[in-house]
Amino acid sequence: MTPLADLALLLIVLSDFAVLATSRLSACIRAVAFQGILLGALPLLLHPGMALHTVVLAGGTMVIKAGILPWFLRWAIREAAVRREIEPLVGYMASLILGAVALAVAFAVATALPLHAVGTDLLVPVALVTVMIGLIVLTTRSKAIIQVVGYLMLENGIYLFGLTQLQRVPFLVEVGVLLDVFVGVFIMGIVVFHINREFDSISAARLTELHD
Amino acid sequence: MLLLALILVPAVAAALAYLFPALGRRVLLVGTAVVHLALVLLLWATPGDRAFGGWLAEDALGRIILTLVSVLFVAVAHYAVGYLREETTRAGRAFVTCMLGFLAAATLVTLSHHFVLLWIGMESTTLAVAPLIYHRHDRRSLEAVWKYLVLSSVGIAFALLGVFLLATAQPSGAAGGRPLVLDDMIAHAGALDPVWLRAAFVFVLIGFGSKMGIAPLHAWKPDVYGVAPGLVSALMAGALTSCAFLGLARVVSICFAASIGDFVRPALIGFGLLSIAIAAAFMIGQADVKRLLAYSSVEHMGLLILALGLGGAGSYGAILHALNNGLAKVMVFLAVGNVVLAAGTSSAHEIRGVLRRMPGSGILLVVGLFAVTGSPPFGMFISEYTIISAAIGEHYPWVAAAVLVLLSIIFVAMAAMILEMVYGEPGEPGEPREPAAGHTAPRQLRDRARLVTAPMLLAVVVLALGVYLPRPLTDALSSAANALGGRAP
Amino acid sequence: MPAMASLTAFVALAAFVVAAPIIPGVVARTKAMLTGRRGSPVGQLYSDLFKLARRGVVYSTTSTLVFRVAPIVLVATTVAAAALLPLDGRASMLHFAGDAVAFAYLLALGRFALVLAALDTGSSFEGMGASREVTFASLVEPGLFVVLAALGVMANDFSLTAMLGEPVAKVSRGGGMLVPPSVMLAVSLFALALAECSRVPVDDPATHLELTMVHEVMALDHSGPDLAMILYANALKLALFSAIIAYVLVPGSRLAGWPGLFMLLGSFVVVGVAIGIVESVMARLRLPKVPLYIAAGSALALFGLILLLR
Repeated sequence: MTPLADLALLLIVLSDFAVLATSRLSACIRAVAFQGILLGALPLLLHPGMALHTVVLAGGTMVIKAGILPWFLRWAIREAAVRREIEPLVGYMASLILGAVALAVAFAVATALPLHAVGTDLLVPVALVTVMIGLIVLTTRSKAIIQVVGYLMLENGIYLFGLTQLQRVPFLVEVGVLLDVFVGVFIMGIVVFHINREFDSISAARLTELHD
Repeated sequence: MLLLALILVPAVAAALAYLFPALGRRVLLVGTAVVHLALVLLLWATPGDRAFGGWLAEDALGRIILTLVSVLFVAVAHYAVGYLREETTRAGRAFVTCMLGFLAAATLVTLSHHFVLLWIGMESTTLAVAPLIYHRHDRRSLEAVWKYLVLSSVGIAFALLGVFLLATAQPSGAAGGRPLVLDDMIAHAGALDPVWLRAAFVFVLIGFGSKMGIAPLHAWKPDVYGVAPGLVSALMAGALTSCAFLGLARVVSICFAASIGDFVRPALIGFGLLSIAIAAAFMIGQADVKRLLAYSSVEHMGLLILALGLGGAGSYGAILHALNNGLAKVMVFLAVGNVVLAAGTSSAHEIRGVLRRMPGSGILLVVGLFAVTGSPPFGMFISEYTIISAAIGEHYPWVAAAVLVLLSIIFVAMAAMILEMVYGEPGEPGEPREPAAGHTAPRQLRDRARLVTAPMLLAVVVLALGVYLPRPLTDALSSAANALGGRAP
Repeated sequence: MPAMASLTAFVALAAFVVAAPIIPGVVARTKAMLTGRRGSPVGQLYSDLFKLARRGVVYSTTSTLVFRVAPIVLVATTVAAAALLPLDGRASMLHFAGDAVAFAYLLALGRFALVLAALDTGSSFEGMGASREVTFASLVEPGLFVVLAALGVMANDFSLTAMLGEPVAKVSRGGGMLVPPSVMLAVSLFALALAECSRVPVDDPATHLELTMVHEVMALDHSGPDLAMILYANALKLALFSAIIAYVLVPGSRLAGWPGLFMLLGSFVVVGVAIGIVESVMARLRLPKVPLYIAAGSALALFGLILLLR
């Protein structure tokens, strides 16, 4: 099972970079949906054997992260009638380079951490990379929907990290976390909808009235 | 069962408020608040209750913060009834639902001894408060709620990472106890891996720190407190920040028990000082009274984590300060909220002569000024004195000196603005003035009984706490301080 | 002291040099078939080369010796680079420590000669093409070096023979953790090859609009045998990259000697078909997007390198 889990983790990293490099909003959402599928499959790949709670968790994750949330984000895009991101603060080349640096840092840090065997030793570095790239997307993009996608990636990375503790932390807790993320993104999406209505655009760069 | 009831009563009431808007708002809101307070007082009589095998439990620290939250909620609920009648914008079911949901979530935070439950409660408070900030549905509040959501969500995501790192720090099997259960972690503190624990502390500090609003993660506070309705800011500044402080304190207690105090202490003291310094810097020359109060909140959060980091008698001071700060802040925010509502603007230069036109609010403002800046005979003075003497006692004399200097600067800055507002010639009544962007039209500057009762009662409580601390309270404070690795002074 | 070749290495090099022009033919044939046409025969480039070789050559009066010499330098450097590859799966004709660097810089030297010739003509179109070509090449080169570094880490040696030929087989290659990096390196190499050899999505070889050309426009003023040499060198570069991709995916030791040779020729066909499919499916990227594309390919190689360094 480990090679399949490794493959899933590598594909997750590739989808991170896909979000970093593209300017088409629907492509970003598709990449995150793809990530959701992979994340849903990972508990089953890491702990083979169909324990009930693993199956429920996997199914729930896939439904929420690969089904409901991307559908909701696509609805938000349709409402706002936006298709492409304009050139972000940092620029796509610089974002890609930042992502590559984050990749190197994550793997370097992971080798320094005292990791006990957890099924695959790619899990922690990939989690760190996804968190960092999620942060990069969240802070450097100007369209609010992409910031929500960045937040989703950040949460995905943390979820990956939680998978290292899957056997020990009862699944009730993982479900709780999943639902919280779901509600969080939901509310953010609604706010984006309101932003679009109010400002006629979902560029967060317009939100500059409040300052000292 | 009592613990479960404490969480479920507001949750069910929130559901009812959403599903049956025909029910009287006043009844539901104030009724639930009173029932909740009664249950909390019952809790004082039966300490040591547990549920779900230790996942929900109450201890001294949780009990104190829970009481604070409950009392504040009663005050704010009472105020809300009067406030919603004054505000002309929509006051639909979303408002009451979110407030009750907030109460349920905050109760969960104070009562949970399992870190993921604590996190879920914290995240729920964020989500419950967001629609409240957006109450006015205009551009500025939209901007504020978006900034708040993004910063808070990132912070809380980091807190979740910190929680997972805590789980990683625990060795598996019987040696570590049940994963992420507070009591087990403290009991087996020696078995925790220090590397992971330090990483966990860093992320939890970032996460809960951004919820508390300590520097450098405080950027959302002035924007949000400046734009949200007065009572929402009050609830956030009083209750939400105290819950976040509780979360941080729990992790710090584990760190102290696991002997990585030398790593934790400088971080807490450093960020505490930074927060107070930044608050002082931004308060000078501030133009907006609600933003001024936001920076005051940043300052007090800084004091809280400073005291937490000091240890010794500082822990006692920290909890006492959390209590006093919550009460005083809510009082001041409500009083300022009245003034802003009446004047139609929160810019301090345009408000004058409050004492003449609204004597109740004027007195409250002056009282609030002295309470919030830690002057005797108010409770804040006792807690700040405890903290500063703890700093000297724990061999950080320069920290004490710095804090004293900064507190004086803050006093001068706040006094300058508030006294200017309270005294001076009032503007012409009935002048049809254009409302400033995002503010409602000015009303008659007059006090209304409903809007003044709650803050006055809180002021009395703060005064009382400065004079006399009842025995059960001091006992609880001491045992909470012990849990945090400190002692009573 | 560089080791001398075995017979198979020499035969492999000869076969490689002779068979290289198949690739553009395969590409054109694939594109034609995908669009429902029959297309030109696979050996079309051979007839083109012979036809051009028999023609006379025209030199502009503003050009100098550089213009006349450049195509020869181009072909010579490319053949020399081919000599460094272990084309028969065992060892190359000429190998020494660090010949991977020599490989990269031989290719760069050939490109340099071509660019000089383009500038020599004094035509603004050619100058524009030269500047674009050099910009893209300067981005491709770091990516190529990342791939070479990754291969070097895999083989623990920085000679192409060690990386792609027999010695690397001594390092166990069956483990699961080497497959994903190899695939990543192969994909990255493919992307970089498309950039280096001026194929879609970096440059469209079938365009006739000079303003959109990158590589073609540099060869605009050459004629007769010179043009034949430039076309041949382009095909040879494509062949070089497909050989490397083949040996990255299939370790050389598995198929040393004659089977290796057949695998090599097979790889020409496979890579040619792949390029044909890419050219039919994708459109050319806008010029400002090309650096991003090259960076993405290099990032993929970097990822493979990081995985190997763990």
